[in-house]
Amino acid sequence: MRTSHRVMAVAFLATAMVAGASACGSGFNDTPEQQSGPADLEILIGSSGQAETDAVQQAAAAWAQSTGNKATVVPAQDLAQQLGQAFAGSNPPDVFYVDAGRFADYAKAGALLPYGNEISDANDFYASLRDAFTFDGQLYCIPKDFSTIAMQINTDLWAQAGLTDADVPTTWDELRAAAEKLKAANITPIVIGDTRDRIGAFMVQAGGWIVNKDGTQATGDSPENLQALQYVQGLIKDGLAVYPRDIDTGWGGEAFGKQLAAITFEGNWIKGALQNDFPDVKYTVNEMPAGPKGKGTLSFTVCWGISAKTQYREQAIDFVRYMTSAEQQIKFTEAFGVMPSRASLRDEYLKQFPNDEAFIAGASYAQGPVKAPKMDSVLSDFDAGLQQLASTDPKALLERLQDNTEAALAG
Amino acid sequence: MVLTPEAPPRRPVPDATPTRRRRRRSGLQRPERIAGWLFVAPVVVLLTVFLLVPILMALWVSFTSWNGQGSPFRSGVPVSGAENYVRLFAEDGLTRQDFMMSIRNNLYYVLVVVPTQTVLALALALAVNQRLLKAKSFFRTAFYFPSITSSVAISVVFLFLFANSGAINGILAWFGIDGPNWFSDPRGVLHLILNAVGLVDINNPPAALADNELFGLPWWQWLSGPSVAMCSIICLVVWTTSGTFMLMFLAALQNIPVQLEEASLLDGASRWQYLRRVVLPMLKPTMFLVITLGLIGTWQVFDQVYVMSKGNPAKTTLTPAYLSFRTAFLDLEFGIGAAIAFVLFSIIIVMTLFQRWVMRDRDVPRSRWFRRARSV
Repeated sequence: MRTSHRVMAVAFLATAMVAGASACGSGFNDTPEQQSGPADLEILIGSSGQAETDAVQQAAAAWAQSTGNKATVVPAQDLAQQLGQAFAGSNPPDVFYVDAGRFADYAKAGALLPYGNEISDANDFYASLRDAFTFDGQLYCIPKDFSTIAMQINTDLWAQAGLTDADVPTTWDELRAAAEKLKAANITPIVIGDTRDRIGAFMVQAGGWIVNKDGTQATGDSPENLQALQYVQGLIKDGLAVYPRDIDTGWGGEAFGKQLAAITFEGNWIKGALQNDFPDVKYTVNEMPAGPKGKGTLSFTVCWGISAKTQYREQAIDFVRYMTSAEQQIKFTEAFGVMPSRASLRDEYLKQFPNDEAFIAGASYAQGPVKAPKMDSVLSDFDAGLQQLASTDPKALLERLQDNTEAALAG
Repeated sequence: MVLTPEAPPRRPVPDATPTRRRRRRSGLQRPERIAGWLFVAPVVVLLTVFLLVPILMALWVSFTSWNGQGSPFRSGVPVSGAENYVRLFAEDGLTRQDFMMSIRNNLYYVLVVVPTQTVLALALALAVNQRLLKAKSFFRTAFYFPSITSSVAISVVFLFLFANSGAINGILAWFGIDGPNWFSDPRGVLHLILNAVGLVDINNPPAALADNELFGLPWWQWLSGPSVAMCSIICLVVWTTSGTFMLMFLAALQNIPVQLEEASLLDGASRWQYLRRVVLPMLKPTMFLVITLGLIGTWQVFDQVYVMSKGNPAKTTLTPAYLSFRTAFLDLEFGIGAAIAFVLFSIIIVMTLFQRWVMRDRDVPRSRWFRRARSV
């Protein structure tokens, strides 16, 4: 009797498991069946705020109406996590934002449809941005907009220390000199974000970077990078630069807005933040100071990814064409102040925002995020090291970065 | 939520003989058996589909290098055998380092949180169990309140409290103490103490500790103690959970008959002896429950880390639960993420078994006392 119970239970369990497994095993074929006619697109965006959500929703509605499709835009709470879950659940949204830093992971995993060659005017997008979304020689997706890091200077504090427009630093030495003058006037000179996304700009100015151009080789342990880290470390050690956390703020923009420091290095998102939270701060935006190897900055960009699993390829590509058209990009620029990814819109943008020249100038010499799969944990490890830059040996930090990068690229 | 498992029987009860068991079973007729299965079927199905099957599926994933695309049960999914576990324990690299770092952080976290919250909960329960205390229900509610508030909301409040210019540092300043930058200070507390008493130099650790390593992490790192940042999370968790456990202790305390107290006091026991020799032994099952739940909860700490620190500064608040989530859903290395989850699972099981073994019934003088006290 007892054994028969056990047999029953095991049989029951086995059935349940087979049923469970087959229910999850619906994604067998690699090219999903395509459906023509009106599509029902699901679009997941990592929105910067209500303004962006509204603008994208309006644009999607306009596209849906003019083409007879349906488009549902969903703003994500945590885009990377939600996408990870959606991919694992075999039911990803049809179109979604892809951050340049995550792009290689998704492309390597085969989650993205490489549709770049179906966009006839792809060459109009900045080459550095296209490059950020090229994997194995294929352009996978079209950048929707971009931002670059530039140097913001608080004009009041600047004047307080007796500095003038002529003192705006254009080189590392001038930056240090200006910082020393600010410090002498009892002003915290520089607040700089404690991650590779800010300090990395100095590595670019010194002629180094974490990986080589096509993301196949680790180049962290180079003398150029060492020079950059030593320079930044020197600023911190001499009290010329602080991390936002040291002065009780979440990021450089907050510290800058509270007028706790005279200089910060942030992207064009700082405009909106200052306007909303600290409208009284007067500041100028300048290009990043040039290092030993000339000008350098970092760019961040996001593209319109199309799922490899979508049933509506044609419609999704059409949607992206619409969203990245010159006309639509201008509307987005007006709505939430992003920089258009089309080179042809540069002048139009500058006419609208003449103060943003430094940001847009960066496009021509900016370095995009590290484009190699499985690098995220390596880079967060590097960030963890940078957080303690003041008390660590930069050489050891870079050696560690080099080892970890090599392991990640090999795996 | 009053969970008081009965104490295991002290000695075999003679009348629970095998004959009675056999009679019972043979007395169950076939239709009754089917009916029995039918009655439990809904729960069995639910547990199987939502608990057992997902666990087995995750176990399978931990043996693959599935990248999160499509189903992990397709034929094309690369099976990697024990490689994920090897990378966690035996292969030198970032994966192992991060994992060991998270184990170290969580170990210190458990070592501090479990004893503290248990003692605090017991103290609170004894306090609000006083018959002479006025406004008892106010205090009970007040102490229990943190437990029923959302942990995310509390985490955000603590972010403000522990900010550089926050309330905690403000209070420390009254006493002339310059408070640390709580959430950006990765230094280990043990390191700081050893440094302060002059045993080691924190910037120049002894070579024997810094150069020898266990599982890829130098001994110096293993011996760091919880970081300053982790301490703020520890404070938060102790504060929130002790209310819940207070409730459990309180329920058990109220089960102790008043006569016991009177009898022991008549016998000449002091308040302390009464607590030590009568109350604590009677609370043993609850103590077991509280410590078990505490162990499980602390090894699984996730939401506070997710909200407050995301593993920063310098990975000193990284915990296995958060690392598992990050590895799987952000790095798309689901195999390693699942493997971490299973290692965590086995750690919890082993810890609980160990604790059961420590707290098992032994024939020591204390339990004689306990019996005598009971038979009074």
